[in-house]
Amino acid sequence: MKFDPATYKITDGGKFGRIMLVTGLIGLALAAVGFAVDREHFFFAYLTAFTFWVTIALGALFFVMLQHLTSSTWSVVIRRIVESLTAPLPWLFLLFIPLLFGLHQLYEWSHADVVAADAVLKAKSGFLNPTFFTIRAVVYFAVWCGLAHFLYHASVAQDSGHREEHRKRMRTLSAPGMIIFVITTTFAGWDWLMSLDPHWYSTIFGVYFFSGGLWAILATIVIVVALLQRRGVLTKEITVEHYHDLGKLLFGFTIFWTYIGFSQYFLQWYANIPEETKWYLNRWVGSWKAVSMVILWGHFVLPFGILIFRGVKRSPRLLMIMAVYCVVMHWVDHYWMAFPTLNKDGVHFSWIEIAATVGIGGIFVWAFWTKFISRAVIPVADPHLNESINFRNM
Amino acid sequence: MSARTQVYGMIAEFESPGALLSAAEKMRDAGYTTFDCHSPFPIHGMDTAMGLKRSIVGYVAGICGLAGGSFGLALQWWTSVVDYPLVISGKPFFSYQAFVPVTFALTVLCAAIGVVIAMLVTNGLPRLFHGWFYSSRFTRFSNDGFFVSVEVGDKRYDPVKTKAFLESIGGTHVEVVQGE
Repeated sequence: MKFDPATYKITDGGKFGRIMLVTGLIGLALAAVGFAVDREHFFFAYLTAFTFWVTIALGALFFVMLQHLTSSTWSVVIRRIVESLTAPLPWLFLLFIPLLFGLHQLYEWSHADVVAADAVLKAKSGFLNPTFFTIRAVVYFAVWCGLAHFLYHASVAQDSGHREEHRKRMRTLSAPGMIIFVITTTFAGWDWLMSLDPHWYSTIFGVYFFSGGLWAILATIVIVVALLQRRGVLTKEITVEHYHDLGKLLFGFTIFWTYIGFSQYFLQWYANIPEETKWYLNRWVGSWKAVSMVILWGHFVLPFGILIFRGVKRSPRLLMIMAVYCVVMHWVDHYWMAFPTLNKDGVHFSWIEIAATVGIGGIFVWAFWTKFISRAVIPVADPHLNESINFRNM
Repeated sequence: MSARTQVYGMIAEFESPGALLSAAEKMRDAGYTTFDCHSPFPIHGMDTAMGLKRSIVGYVAGICGLAGGSFGLALQWWTSVVDYPLVISGKPFFSYQAFVPVTFALTVLCAAIGVVIAMLVTNGLPRLFHGWFYSSRFTRFSNDGFFVSVEVGDKRYDPVKTKAFLESIGGTHVEVVQGE
């Protein structure tokens, strides 16, 4: 890999992109073997991997819009990295298509005979039916890809010379974009994960789905920045102050995720209505109870207790370790949301989960990387760039 | 002036925030500890320039929060398990899930109150009077003036040497502040 510090361009991306693409394809091929071995298990594994990666990309999209709306200056140096992390969205749309062939394996509501015999599902069939499900998914991806595309291109247009209209365009796009984003993400969470258990409902589920993604993207940004700096990219521009801010956000959204997760659990636990508690009951059976505990202690208590310290947030090395850990926890969270519908008696972990996650992940990283090296790695003409580089926490 | 005139210390004026920042560094390096910098707005990097240590307020918040949370949990355990056990919708007496909101709220409350008190104790506020107010030049600190002040209690305070030092690092209008 070659980096030109004068133009801020990675002139030669090396083999990394190709390695990731091949890894992704091998992972997907192995997952396809899984399809032949155990069709049901494959689709659940694939869904877990898919929602895991798609929430990270959505977190990136949200982060970019948030920075524009708040006119943040500290984040200008990392903006191009996050913008490029939205690049996998069109590919994730392609990777969504296989799920449409697994509707019968995944979703109870896709069986006409089951729906006909069930009053609740019948009442919900206007919303939960394969045709509308597909249309909605297309709409979500159209919105997300559109927003990501326009924001990215407004940003790279700025590189050749800043004009005030560039910033205005990004900001005016972000305001309605944020609203549409929230609506589509909420519905996507309901569609893909909540409807696995079509009798169950939680009005806060969409926020839960989103909060995990935002948490994971903050961790992902830390990882990407730390890896880039190890290769000598942006070593002077991204300082410990930026790590500190990312760490603070990661810490803050650990609490946000917990707040949402607990709100969901608490109300259902208190009300004690069978159709609501069932979802948690399923996650309390056999070894699922252990996974639930891992989520509580590992997704909240541990990162909270560690990230609270200033020293951790200001040490790129320690923060990187925490970030990797957080991404793994995010995966466990998605596994915990999807799989209890299939394996009702307990955890049956298999290699298919790993193959599917690596498969989609390889494509994800490859799409990010090719986009990232195609332009300058920071918004070189942004008027706030200098301020961002010299930014310091009080 | 009456016989009770008291010397509070010395102030020196500087031209710009940058000059103040470098003056603060030199004061620190010269070994002054009881000195302060005054400017109409916060200056980035001033804490390090003055050699100030990290505030203990954060740790006070942590300890008060833990204490408040433990108290909240203990209070609910004692009232609903020991003192007045009552079955509510068939749930166990010690339903920790139900105790989370109060525990959380008391954690935040105690941490917040602790932080405010710790902040007031460590910065010495509220304080209605300070000797610097005797200096008429000093009133500009909230408008366009940048000042370094050395208290008379500083180990290195010396009427002659400190004045010379303040002038050597670029201070003007060095003034010994005294009043009743």
